[in-house]
Amino acid sequence: MGKMSIRDKLALLSDAAKYDASCASSGTSKRGSRDGKGLGSTTGSGICHAYAPDGRCISLLKILMTNYCVYDCAYCVNRVSSNVPRARFTVDEVVWLTTEFYRRNYIEGLFLSSGIIRSSDYTMEQMVLIAEKLRAGGFRGYVHLKTIPEASPELIERAGLAADRLSINIELPTDASIKAFAPEKDPAGIRGAMGKVRLTKEDYGDRSYTGRRRGRFAPAGQSTQMIVGADKADDRDILGNATRLYGAYGLKRVYYSAFSPIPDASAVLPLVDPPLMREHRLYQADWLLRFYDFSLDEIVTRDAGGMLDLDVDPKLAWALQNRDRFPVDVNRAAKEMLLRVPGFGAKIVQRILKARRHGALSLDDIRRMGGRVKAATPFVIARGHHPGGRLDAADLRARFVKPQQMELF
Amino acid sequence: MFAPRLPRLGTEIAWRDAARRLAHVPPSEIDWGWEDAGASMFDAPLPEPRALTVPKPFAALARLLMAERTGRGFTLAHALLHRLPAERGLLANRADPQVAEAERIAKEIRRDLHKMHAFVRFREMPGQGARRRFAAWFEPDHRIEEAVADFFVNRFGDMDWAIVTPEVTIRYEGRRVDLAAVASTRPAEGDPLEELWTTYYSNIFNPARLKVDAMRAEMPQKYWRNLPEARAIPALIAGARGRVPAMQAAAPRPARPPAEAAQTVETRVARPDTLEALRMAARGCTLCPLHAQATQTVFGEGPPDAPVVIVGEQPGDTEDLAGRPFAGPAGQLFDAVAAEAGLDRSACYVTNAVKHFKFVQKGKRRLHQRPGTTEIRACAPWLERELALIDPRLVVAMGATALQALTGAGEGLLARRGTVERTRDGHPLLITVHPSYLLRLPNPAARARETDRFRADLARVSDLLVS
Repeated sequence: MGKMSIRDKLALLSDAAKYDASCASSGTSKRGSRDGKGLGSTTGSGICHAYAPDGRCISLLKILMTNYCVYDCAYCVNRVSSNVPRARFTVDEVVWLTTEFYRRNYIEGLFLSSGIIRSSDYTMEQMVLIAEKLRAGGFRGYVHLKTIPEASPELIERAGLAADRLSINIELPTDASIKAFAPEKDPAGIRGAMGKVRLTKEDYGDRSYTGRRRGRFAPAGQSTQMIVGADKADDRDILGNATRLYGAYGLKRVYYSAFSPIPDASAVLPLVDPPLMREHRLYQADWLLRFYDFSLDEIVTRDAGGMLDLDVDPKLAWALQNRDRFPVDVNRAAKEMLLRVPGFGAKIVQRILKARRHGALSLDDIRRMGGRVKAATPFVIARGHHPGGRLDAADLRARFVKPQQMELF
Repeated sequence: MFAPRLPRLGTEIAWRDAARRLAHVPPSEIDWGWEDAGASMFDAPLPEPRALTVPKPFAALARLLMAERTGRGFTLAHALLHRLPAERGLLANRADPQVAEAERIAKEIRRDLHKMHAFVRFREMPGQGARRRFAAWFEPDHRIEEAVADFFVNRFGDMDWAIVTPEVTIRYEGRRVDLAAVASTRPAEGDPLEELWTTYYSNIFNPARLKVDAMRAEMPQKYWRNLPEARAIPALIAGARGRVPAMQAAAPRPARPPAEAAQTVETRVARPDTLEALRMAARGCTLCPLHAQATQTVFGEGPPDAPVVIVGEQPGDTEDLAGRPFAGPAGQLFDAVAAEAGLDRSACYVTNAVKHFKFVQKGKRRLHQRPGTTEIRACAPWLERELALIDPRLVVAMGATALQALTGAGEGLLARRGTVERTRDGHPLLITVHPSYLLRLPNPAARARETDRFRADLARVSDLLVS
């Protein structure tokens, strides 16, 4: 095989990286280069520099260092038993691509992942070298490093000092699935590595007796990803595991990735269209758990088969099943209950709470503030509005369910 | 009737000056407008400026409104300014029609700024200086050039660049930024890196997840002609419809059957006859349901020939994360008191009766829960193997759980503490409290007294080893 061009490598190693959902570049420490001595800056909420036809944001140069891998994870396009062509970037190639793309304002930074070559420590060290070389060259943009669970604590520490975010993928919702589909991976080892990242970050957060910090360790925290739809786990398993991950390791995000067919697929996995709506509902439920004070039992019950309703969003589903808690008076209700009204996000609730001090609010007022009034109407009382019998109507759910789109023929 | 006209650059400063003169004038008597929109039929000289203070949120809102292309932003900002003295907290009332309109426009401007941050594409220009040179062409919806410049100054500090819009050119050279209101037209040239960028764009796209509407919502077509990667979009969409069926049709190759491939940790270690082998075997323990919640098995640690084995209750939050026993607050207290009692922890083997963390989750916190009899029993074989392999001269039970695991009965801890019993397999057993008991005592005097007793218990270890 002849020497591959950087373009061929880029094609191969970005194609192999696309199954990682995260492209976030948010929530890191504030940096800039107005001093003229470096390149790059960070913003609070991150920037999406492009969108692909899959509707997903492209914020970072998301590539694998190499797609050679000694592991044989059934769901992964890069597993050792797959027949895909292989390539490997050098440290300098990744540094060059990242900074040249960045200078042209194509990206916010780098998200580097890798197959496992030779050993966990060798692979991790090569990745850390890339991040360190970027920083030594004055790069102040965003760096996200995938962390290899079995890598030594010293390498994880170096990774966190060079990167903004670290992530370790839990891969599948249950330990049994991990053992079945990713035989070389050890679920306890993955969790242990997340624990190590959290403890190291806390350690760096403590100031020394002089009041100074020893450096910044992964200022944008850590995240993980779970593949949805490859195994038999239900939504309750998935969200239950996510809740434990948030609680135990202080994760910034759990990403849910609908399993999608891969080239040269393994026969043990379903080759169907990715369950995109299920993935979407899981994100909505995740938000309700973290920011709207819902408990897991309220969102998905074993009675309902442990699955979220695909036709309506989880908040609306809860409201439909708990109609005795409605209607909610937008001019009197407490914040906790306003947050449970379908169509009202956390921002709108803040605006309602402030605006109602100036006078009773009507549905038009709330529409002007940005509330999704159509969803809220049957569930609220407002100035000049009472839902009356609409709340108890038998067809209330049906009114919210979009008719199935006809297949183009 | 007043008719202030505002310049294309320096807009905000000029508006502020006019606003200081006109804050008290009713909005109906002012015709605000841009200089380049033509003169007004009115032009009464503006009154003298008055000192003016405004709430902070107003200043931020007005700054955004200044960029509005039609000039409506000037009028709205003034209308709000005029009402502010009489209506405290006006800006917090998003139900007010003027506030709502101002916020709607501000949101549009913020979006325009954000899209400019995102979609400017630099091309490299020839140059001989130490700093590399780049240029970009962009067509914003609103007059945001002044507001946007600082973002690029802060981001591209080590290069010279120019961003050209149809109405304004922003130049950054030798760390000096300069804006000029000059008309320009779209340049034709590209950049050699655009091919690599488009390669990346095309390959990071997942054809199995085609969602064209979602893409268009965030990256509207009006931006496409200035985005090099957008030229690939039609072919990507067309190709996607073919690629997925092809992947599904290609006969999947059989993988190793999961059951055969899954070599569990239990099977890796057949008969653990060393501590290290025992530790490896315990990593995959599923003898009780706790393993499904906890991070990992927290096994004992210390010399394999330690004369003393210290047994605690179970790992806590910190131990669960760190994978080591006695690493959290109770462990630190134990270390301190043990050192005072002349007991060197590193010479002891420390372990727990139950080796997975048991907790209930409350929001984001994990609250420790005491292990039950079934969990203690399920975990007992590990502790028994540890004791059998080390065969210490003394075992120390800290707390009722350890006592129950080692003797079969955990009742009456406070009556039995300080005494020496025998473990079920015959090792001498010194009984004391768990250090977390000391941490839970609210009364400082009681805590000091109990800490003294705990230290006295630990001090007996060396006596018992001699005897």
